[in-house]
Amino acid sequence: MHITLEFGGGLELLCDSVKIHNVDVELKKGLEKLTMKDLLAWVRTNLIKERPEMFMKGDTVRPGVLVLVNDCDWELSGQLETTLQEKDVVVFISTLHGG
Amino acid sequence: MEEGNTIAKRAGSRLCCLCNERKPALKRPKTLEQICRDCFYNVFEEEIHQVIVGNHLFKDGERVAIGASGGKDSTVLAYVMSELNRRHNYGLDLFLLSVDEGITGYRDDSLETVKRNEVQYGLPLKIVSYKDLYGWTMDEIVKVIGLKNNCTFCGVFRRQALDRGAAYLKVDKLVTGHNADDIAETVLLNILRGDVARLSRCTSITTGEDGPIPRCKPFKYTYEKEIVMYAYFKKLDYFSTECIYSPNAYRGFAREFIKDLERMRPRAIVDIIKSGENFRISTSTKMPEQGTCERCGYISSQKWCKACVLLEGLNRGLPKLGIGRSRCLENSNDNRKEAKRNDGDRIIESKQCGSLDF
Ligand SMILES: [Zn+2]
Ligand SMILES: [Zn+2]
Ligand SMILES: [Zn+2]
Repeated sequence: MHITLEFGGGLELLCDSVKIHNVDVELKKGLEKLTMKDLLAWVRTNLIKERPEMFMKGDTVRPGVLVLVNDCDWELSGQLETTLQEKDVVVFISTLHGG
Repeated sequence: MEEGNTIAKRAGSRLCCLCNERKPALKRPKTLEQICRDCFYNVFEEEIHQVIVGNHLFKDGERVAIGASGGKDSTVLAYVMSELNRRHNYGLDLFLLSVDEGITGYRDDSLETVKRNEVQYGLPLKIVSYKDLYGWTMDEIVKVIGLKNNCTFCGVFRRQALDRGAAYLKVDKLVTGHNADDIAETVLLNILRGDVARLSRCTSITTGEDGPIPRCKPFKYTYEKEIVMYAYFKKLDYFSTECIYSPNAYRGFAREFIKDLERMRPRAIVDIIKSGENFRISTSTKMPEQGTCERCGYISSQKWCKACVLLEGLNRGLPKLGIGRSRCLENSNDNRKEAKRNDGDRIIESKQCGSLDF
């Protein structure tokens, strides 16, 4: 599944200072849908190069990291349960850097 | 099914609870309302306007400097202040005021952001530099003192640099981008330290009325989440890299705690601010009497201001001078306690390097 990921607010520093990543995420065998929970695990394994604790806490994003799916706050779509679809755009922004 | 429909469905297929017309774009932490982008811009700006009007922050014709670091808070503040000034005819002359600490690869980059903001928002910019004011850049200071106490210098020098810049611009007030999360964090830290005097001061929307330039915080009740969402939706140009001299140190455990609380109960932030405001202990905590520094004329309760003490140390090759004994030089019989307190000062200035806020 093609997903566009965007990192901002300093989070890009955790993935080689690249802000936008066009990625292809394989669905796990036997699963038909990709949720944000799956995507986060995938991002952590495949994109985050350093200090993963700045991005995640447990199986979700660290408090203070905002997530938007297709420019919509993921708190409106069920957070980790949000189901992703082909060509979705997921944005992660840290609120924790600078002032 | 059309794409728009799918997205709306995933978003709970509800409509904005303010206009009942458009698809919601975010959940407000303060009220848990699901609102659309346009309604968000509206309530975000209007709430700040109400805070400004309700607290009589400005008078018609005043000159106001916006402490601008290039970071998210001060960038959104500069944008919103110029919008509101126009829309509601505040009659203010607005300026951007930045401090150049002389940190290669950090402040020079964030100052580029401020310079773009100067053009984008049409606000005149004044930059005051440590090098000009003190003869030292932070890079040079760090070379001498190492990484351990550099934020003490940063904090003391920045505060004074802002006042000097404000005096140069002849402004009546300085506004800073402190947001609700910052204030809740400071309230918590002051409670933990048992610092009653600071606890009652730290929630004031205006401080320093006895000093050279009063400072106000129009974002006192504005959530960090909303500031960042606003900047994102409006595509505002801000800089977000940590200060190289305090990687990860800008946020301590208190910040982490606030963010955990917010996740469980978003209203917690505003509740903490409210309890800070209501915290009145009837002791007459005596504030040190303000005089002026004999050396540079800056306000000081001591013979020399803190910046001059630190500078003297640097210039004499004794950079530890002034560190570890903060405000009460006359109370030097209890150095250990004072040293501890100074550590606390460093925590309390938890935004020391990333921004102009303290
Ligand atoms: Zn609406
Ligand atoms: Zn510092
Ligand atoms: Zn002085």
